[in-house]
Amino acid sequence: MTQIDYTRAAKYFLLADFFSGMKLGLKYFFRPKATLNYPHEKGPLSPRFRGEHALRRYPNGEERCIACKLCEAICPAQAITIDAEARIDGSRRTTRYDIDMTKCIYCGYCQEACPVDAIVEGPNFEYATETREELFYDKQKLLENGERWEAEIARNLEIDAPYR
Amino acid sequence: MSEFFTTTNAGIALVVLGQCLLLTVLLLISLAVLLYADRKIWAAVQMRKGPNVVGAFGLLQSFADFFKYALKEIVVPAGADKTVFFLAPMIAFTLPLIAWVVIPFNDGWAIADLNVAILYIFAVSSLEVYGVIMGGWASNSKYPFLGSLRSAAQMISYEVSIGLILVGVILSTGSLNLTEIVRAQDGDWGLFAWYWLPHLPMVFLFFISALAETNRPPFDLPEAESELVAGYQVEYSSTPFLLFMIGEYATIVLMTALITLIFFGGWLSPVPFLPDGVFWMVSKMALIFFLISMVKAIVPRYRYDQLMRLGWKVFLPFSLFWVVLVSFFAKFELFGGAYARWAVGG
Repeated sequence: MTQIDYTRAAKYFLLADFFSGMKLGLKYFFRPKATLNYPHEKGPLSPRFRGEHALRRYPNGEERCIACKLCEAICPAQAITIDAEARIDGSRRTTRYDIDMTKCIYCGYCQEACPVDAIVEGPNFEYATETREELFYDKQKLLENGERWEAEIARNLEIDAPYR
Repeated sequence: MSEFFTTTNAGIALVVLGQCLLLTVLLLISLAVLLYADRKIWAAVQMRKGPNVVGAFGLLQSFADFFKYALKEIVVPAGADKTVFFLAPMIAFTLPLIAWVVIPFNDGWAIADLNVAILYIFAVSSLEVYGVIMGGWASNSKYPFLGSLRSAAQMISYEVSIGLILVGVILSTGSLNLTEIVRAQDGDWGLFAWYWLPHLPMVFLFFISALAETNRPPFDLPEAESELVAGYQVEYSSTPFLLFMIGEYATIVLMTALITLIFFGGWLSPVPFLPDGVFWMVSKMALIFFLISMVKAIVPRYRYDQLMRLGWKVFLPFSLFWVVLVSFFAKFELFGGAYARWAVGG
């Protein structure tokens, strides 16, 4: 003969689970909302956040990149393509610096490899485009990014410096 | 001029037509608001904000959705039976609206004050299952078909218990007329004279059966997303889909009206010193709709065999037993005639 669990049966017929669920639901109903109104409100970002790439310049306007091609070598997705030539003043500079943003996996190895902090991943993550071609970044685009985000990038590097 | 509307056939027909139009328009607008409310309540329980972009507080979201659905392309599957495919959403949309004609919002505020109102609602709501079956069958596709099969079985199972619960109330009142049922609940003690007290267990049974009948969670098996994509609606897009959705919500609101009328005294005021009126009817319906929305947010979905077990092995015997009990109480006028309102003139 099977044993009948009377407590469980009584709970079942008195809809105990249902009522406790309703109580919990009502409790959560009045809780503050966790929603972030995204385009108007944004969540906090770490200074180490790895977003859209940028090529930086020195304060005097000279580009940092010396075409050492360490980033190109380390890039696991082989998204970076660099061509270099000597400039008229004899310094080595890139003639071409392309990043295929559709290949990039945002690992951050390029900025780790860079000896002069030239290529960095900035705090910007809102750069969706309508065509694929727009995501093939060239040197000009990357330098423009550097100009636009320099303030944030410099701040983030400074905040993160003690941990490096 | 007023004689034209009260004495001639054409005048009466015009008045009824006007009443129907008024009811339909008000109903559809309130459905838009309720759809929005449903999403807001659901969101609040999950600590989300819900729709809040279109209009102030997102109030116009439903209307935006309406235009979105209406302007989309209607996709008809190649293997679908076109006539039935388009007939199904129309049935699912019209039948819930048709049932509304017998609902009294206030004393005498029913378009058709039928003496067999409950039978009428029952007849119409049993036909609603055809919209679902036809939709699933005409789609000529696996998931819709499975969804509609489930839905048919589910709606039939729970209609049985809903019917038996209603029989108990009918026995207490001695009438099938919804206005009479509400009048019988009018008493000296305000809300304690309503049927929810003598028929307390049946309130819960009816509420749960109404959820199952309208395919609401936890009984939304016909459209279980994780198993059947969207059940019988899979192949529907654009306006036909919209019709299915409006029909579903119209049924839900019809059920809230029915619960209000049968157990919670319709337009009667809950306290004796306040006047009765349509305000009470609407606010009671809103409260019950709130509960239905809350249930959607707090319960997990039933398994199919659990659903069938609940319907046939718990609800059916329980409501059947209740009918016997109520007829016994009513016959011998026990409990001060609480179960025999026609006899004590309550």
